[in-house]
Amino acid sequence: MSHAPPTPSPSGAPANGAQALWHSLAAHGVTTVFGYPGGAIMPVYDALTLFPDIRHILARHEQGAIHAAEGWARATGRLGVCLATSGPGATNLVTGLADALMDSVPLLAITGNVPRSLMGTDAFQEADITGITLPVTKHNYVVQDAADLPGILAEAIRIARSGRPGPVLVDIPKDVQLAPFAGAVTPPHPLPPAPTPDPARVEAAAELLRGAARPVLMLGGGAQGAAAEVTALARAWGLPTITTLMGLGAFPASDPLWLGMPGMHGSVAANRAISEADLIVGLGLRFDDRVTGRVSGFAPHARIVHVDLDAAEIGKIVPTHLPIRGDAGQVARLLAGRAGAGDPPRRPDWEARLAEWRTRGGHPDHWGAAQAVRQVVSRLGPNDILSTDVGQHQMLAAQLARFQKPRRWLTSGGLGTMGFGFPAAIGAALAEPEVTCMVVAGDGGFQMTAQELATLTKYGIRNVKICVVNNSYLGMVRQWQELFHERRYSEVYLGDSNPDFLKLADAYGLPGWRADNAADLEEAISAWLAHDGSALLEVVVPNEHGVFPMVPAGAALSEMLETDPRSPVAGGPA
Amino acid sequence: MSADHLLSVLVRDEPRVLTRITSLFGRRGYNIRSLSVGTTEQPGVSRLTCVVTGERAVVVQAMRQLEKLHDVLHVIDHSLEKFVDRELLLVKVAITPESRVEVRQIAEDFRARIVDVGRRALTFEVTGDEGKVTAFLEQMRPFGIIETMRTGRVALTRGSNADIPAHVYHGGQSRALTPALAEGEASLRS
Ligand SMILES: Cc1ncc(C[n+]2csc(CCOP(=O)(O)OP(=O)(O)O)c2C)c(N)n1
Ligand SMILES: [Mg+2]
Repeated sequence: MSHAPPTPSPSGAPANGAQALWHSLAAHGVTTVFGYPGGAIMPVYDALTLFPDIRHILARHEQGAIHAAEGWARATGRLGVCLATSGPGATNLVTGLADALMDSVPLLAITGNVPRSLMGTDAFQEADITGITLPVTKHNYVVQDAADLPGILAEAIRIARSGRPGPVLVDIPKDVQLAPFAGAVTPPHPLPPAPTPDPARVEAAAELLRGAARPVLMLGGGAQGAAAEVTALARAWGLPTITTLMGLGAFPASDPLWLGMPGMHGSVAANRAISEADLIVGLGLRFDDRVTGRVSGFAPHARIVHVDLDAAEIGKIVPTHLPIRGDAGQVARLLAGRAGAGDPPRRPDWEARLAEWRTRGGHPDHWGAAQAVRQVVSRLGPNDILSTDVGQHQMLAAQLARFQKPRRWLTSGGLGTMGFGFPAAIGAALAEPEVTCMVVAGDGGFQMTAQELATLTKYGIRNVKICVVNNSYLGMVRQWQELFHERRYSEVYLGDSNPDFLKLADAYGLPGWRADNAADLEEAISAWLAHDGSALLEVVVPNEHGVFPMVPAGAALSEMLETDPRSPVAGGPA
Repeated sequence: MSADHLLSVLVRDEPRVLTRITSLFGRRGYNIRSLSVGTTEQPGVSRLTCVVTGERAVVVQAMRQLEKLHDVLHVIDHSLEKFVDRELLLVKVAITPESRVEVRQIAEDFRARIVDVGRRALTFEVTGDEGKVTAFLEQMRPFGIIETMRTGRVALTRGSNADIPAHVYHGGQSRALTPALAEGEASLRS
């Protein structure tokens, strides 16, 4: 039996639930969705054929689809949308949802489900996806009536985008997709305004800034949407500025005030500055344990001003002297406005100490992953996007890349999701086809979502440049085993079974280059970037290099290992 | 200092709203001593009273997390205002011909009502604050408690006003944080 082609109502209004879905998404400005079809979402895919203006990107795994949607959202700040069928399709989204929740990424996931009459009966491909995703979404819905669909979608999108953004899942049973629909599409809900920062607290923060001898500004992912404001704040008060892993790019790395990244693999300057500061002003960050090290040893001399939209983050980890609930940009503007006119205050003693710390740390001057990553990321232009996977290469990229703009750095910060980097770059590349989207991935993590090479080919995506840093190991785990488990390397070796990455790329029609020393790498990078189209670069690096500086788990930031205890260091700024 | 904190939570009467709340409590390790739920005078709104045990800062954190749930309309921290609270206890006490009179006498002192009479047991209903209910149980213990069920505490703020203005029920978007704790000052370090 074949199904009749989907027919819109003569007026062009949606005729069933599935059409109402697409109409609603279009009304919210959605132009691109990432997905994978299956039985329980077929009416939605059938209706999609009526919507030539919506581009659907067929990934090769739902995890690829959702990370691509995340990459789209992280690069643009707009809503990412992904679709999956019921059961296994839906459960394949779980990692991406958790990832988006941790990193506050605005995301809408649409899943099909079995017809309502079968729900709860363990029907074929039934999964209780709203139950499963309850703790990894900002909110989720099961649509029980097609008439509710536009209202639910408008609300879901508002929730995903408002306040601290996050993922929202809407589960639509198949019979609801097929149910006749007679209503109208709900226009986008306006986003609620951010809470007004308490003026008395803002003034109190300005007072603390006036009195501080050793101030530091810390910026997190919440500052990505407020780069201009936070930069003005730092410059107005002459504040040495630290950007967390999620905050990289919110403040220009070329500015002399920039101290780098804090935390486990943070710069010596950032971690020492935190440990010695008498005032920390944190905007849009959540003092994650990878940032604080041992909390009792975090910023022992500092008064802490914590600005966040999410009241639950304030005081959650680090006790705060002065909490300010508000939008990072708005508070930054208010605080910048309270700086005195003229040049920012100078603090010669503090500046001298910072200058000394900036010379410490650094990476070995011989060939290895650090040098390879440095060579690769130093080729990024100010507008280019760098996406990473998770592991040593990620931390090296975070240490070595120099971002001048926000939203050019895509990394799985909170969840640390291997397999994230490559599909996220695909999403960003589709959002910004004129921009080079570079991926730095490990040999381990790249293989978690390498199937998305097919997605590059299918859509002729020309601006993804993949660099696989091949150290033959699950390097970050190996490093921990080396340092904390007396080199008992347990189940971390990949070298005996990694594919030939160039052949793998070739199998999907992508050219590849390989290098295993600095000189060859320089040439290979040039060819790889010059190639008119997406391409892969494999960098073969020594197996046993570690990432330093490093704050061992459970240690305070001040107890960091500044350099690899086994290797000499180039010196100079990290 | 670890102590009991009495919270009331007004929620949208949506599927899974209880799961959302208990899952949040469970995942973050908040210790719930009791939880009771019922409908309210507002259609579509349920009210729940829960007793959370923990340090003040942990309880403030629990409230902040609750307030983030879309289906949570308002959280009331009863430690900030005068309130009345009650708990209902059903208890089945063993009796013998010898103990029968004494058991009934104690029940009368507590104004407990007999709701079922068996040959070897009496079932009582007691309402009161937690102290009274607990004291009643202690008095009955020597006779032999066969079974108990407590509802957990339910609470309302004292005075003539509703705990939250009606628009909160309907607006949904204009949720305010509990005033005195709006920015988590329980966590302030001095
Ligand atoms: C999905 C997932 N599984 C496991 C881990 C734990 N993990 C963190 S880093 C790492 C090693 C990554 O190896 P590779 O991709 O080769 O990168 P490298 O550290 O060698 O640069 C592992 C296994 C993780 N972060 N994500
Ligand atoms: Mg590796």
